[in-house]
Amino acid sequence: MRHLHKGVSFAIGLTVLGATLAACGGGGGSAGGSGDGGQIELSIGTFTEFGYEDLITEYERLHPNIKITHHKTGEGGPYHQNLITKLAAGSGLEDVVAVEEGHFSDIVDKGGKFNDLTEIGPKDVTADRWLNWKYEAGKDSGGRLIGYGTDIGPLAMCYRKDLLEAAGLPSDPEGVKALFSSWDAYFAAGDQYVARTGKPWFDSAGQNFNAMVNQLDVGYLDRDDKLTLETNPGIKSAWDKVTTAVAHGQSAKLVAFSNEWKTGFQQSAFATKTCPSWMLGVVEENAGAANAGKWAVTDAFPGGGGNWGGSYLTVPKQSRHPKEAAEFAAWLTAPEQQLKAFAAKGNFPSQTQALTSPQLQDETSAYFGDAKIGQLYAEQARKVTKAQYKGPGDGQIQENVTTPALQAVEQGTPADQAWQQVVDGAKKIVK
Amino acid sequence: MTSTVVHEPRQRVRVRPSLKERLANWDVKVSPYLYIAPFFVVFGVVGLFPLLYTAYVSFFDWEIGDDNPKFLGFGNYVELMGDGQFWHAVGNTLSIFVLSSGPQLVVAVLLAALLNMRLRGPTGWRVGVLLPYAASLVALGIIFANLFGPRYGLINSLLESVGLDRVEWQANRFASHLAIATMVNWRWTGYNALIVLAAMQALPKDVMEAAVVDGAGPVRRFFSVTLPMLRPTLVFVVITSTIGGLQIFTEPKLFDAMPGSNNGGSTNQFQTVTLYLYQQGFEGFDLGYASAIAWVLFLLIVVIALGNFLLTRRMGRIR
Repeated sequence: MRHLHKGVSFAIGLTVLGATLAACGGGGGSAGGSGDGGQIELSIGTFTEFGYEDLITEYERLHPNIKITHHKTGEGGPYHQNLITKLAAGSGLEDVVAVEEGHFSDIVDKGGKFNDLTEIGPKDVTADRWLNWKYEAGKDSGGRLIGYGTDIGPLAMCYRKDLLEAAGLPSDPEGVKALFSSWDAYFAAGDQYVARTGKPWFDSAGQNFNAMVNQLDVGYLDRDDKLTLETNPGIKSAWDKVTTAVAHGQSAKLVAFSNEWKTGFQQSAFATKTCPSWMLGVVEENAGAANAGKWAVTDAFPGGGGNWGGSYLTVPKQSRHPKEAAEFAAWLTAPEQQLKAFAAKGNFPSQTQALTSPQLQDETSAYFGDAKIGQLYAEQARKVTKAQYKGPGDGQIQENVTTPALQAVEQGTPADQAWQQVVDGAKKIVK
Repeated sequence: MTSTVVHEPRQRVRVRPSLKERLANWDVKVSPYLYIAPFFVVFGVVGLFPLLYTAYVSFFDWEIGDDNPKFLGFGNYVELMGDGQFWHAVGNTLSIFVLSSGPQLVVAVLLAALLNMRLRGPTGWRVGVLLPYAASLVALGIIFANLFGPRYGLINSLLESVGLDRVEWQANRFASHLAIATMVNWRWTGYNALIVLAAMQALPKDVMEAAVVDGAGPVRRFFSVTLPMLRPTLVFVVITSTIGGLQIFTEPKLFDAMPGSNNGGSTNQFQTVTLYLYQQGFEGFDLGYASAIAWVLFLLIVVIALGNFLLTRRMGRIR
């Protein structure tokens, strides 16, 4: 058949065009929605590992009328970007959405798009379930509770016993505490270490600076969301201490989480590392079996306590079943459940009852010389006294302004010039 | 067929064509448009509409999720013209572009000339030069970022072993551009060489034979016969690499030691325009400003592509 019948060919043309248009107009369809017979479909969005797989099955078993879909994203960065976009679009988000502490500042001024959990959540869930600072940090700019705390990342100090010993510094868990009693003591010990070994004391300037800024009463932004950089003596003082330490050769100048940083663990490129609870796994993975028994962790952290990491569960306004979603989130963040998540993936719980439980208290780490890490980090978590307010742009300033500027100092930029880079960069973000 | 025999034209009878005839008529007139319509519909939806909508958004102070964007007119563009970081990014982009496209084209043409000679297993060689193009860009990015690692990277180790100083591939602006350009060249040279090779093989043999009869050596033949006749292909290659080169994104993003960062280094020393655009749009959520950057970049590409087009045409004419 050389030629199609004319009518047929015309029809094919129309069909192709129609199919194209249909393909363009397709898609849509929202997450959730209730099926028949009182069946409720809930969805939950998480990133990396929350340890919720078995808990979700358990919840479905306890609530036969609820069916749960779990959307898991591998990386936190794209996950949170997607979250903000869908929040803006007004649709497409799950009923329960996890938000990481570092990205919370991106939603803190968008509280109107989330449900107030004190209003829709179960009434028996009260502030005393969590450590006070964790509970407070789950509030938006207006003071409404928009997130139930899941896990936390209390800070302790990791150090190389063998390297400290070789430098003639105390290296046992008790003796080493004096070195980490304050930031001044920490950097002074660093000077000693550098003088005796000629090798760097810590991995990366930004890692210390972030912890120092987090300990201040007021961070990069005050309660009115105004930039404090030029008026906040604490930030400049932390900057001066860290950049001085860099000038003294204390930094191994490795960009945190870069490939060279990972290699640095194997090459013994530094002797100490700021160590939130989840960092223990990172150290073990990167330092490897060759360095087994050399790393230790102690329950002392310069400047008291600190926190790095942990998440919240929120219920966006766009959820069609906010009440059921809040109940589910409340159940997941109860001490019993978070302890199961801790057992599954090691996420350190933020619930006061979970912190005193024998299961957590008895947790040890073979790689870190059988240290009682459960007890140690629970203690560190209680040392955190307040929740610093992190206004909109806070996370971005840390990621895109101060951390790169400190990297620039490590690469040879004069500290005052880099400070100007910080001030200019932060002003651009907080317009 | 209806036969109409009209004896008396008392009344004009209009002959109505049958359905079949009308279909045939439509077929001739309409079908061609229907067949090409899908392209234009898809282009309109995913190409033209975003382009125009981006222009619209660029006139607003439009933060993502903002229900009441504020109209600024050319405000974003005025701000952009005075934005040092933007011009810094333009400088980086042009520098990386020149460092990559220039050497790349020269090598691609020479490579094509080599592949055009009588070789054993010609297909093997041709597939060989295309292999880097087939490899995953992300894998390449990670491998190159490791090779150029300032502390533990292979290239610095090699430099040290022959007694040279190590290079600060991340910190130094020019060195970082060179490293990124190397990544681009590794990926695209073979691809361009194959396009040039195809054009070379299509050149008429008689011209070449005439040149041989006139006593022109291989070098003279290459410069005076082959190159001028390759002009249309070179114009194509130059334009496509201009468009691609000025939008470079993945290579500098993966090169940054800080994972996932869009900063382009500690002092934005290798932040390209698209990285800056992405940072403004999807980290700062400032869609209006990002859209303005997108449009200026678009105009920049048009201008530079046009310039390159005229330049390549001229070069071909000069013998």
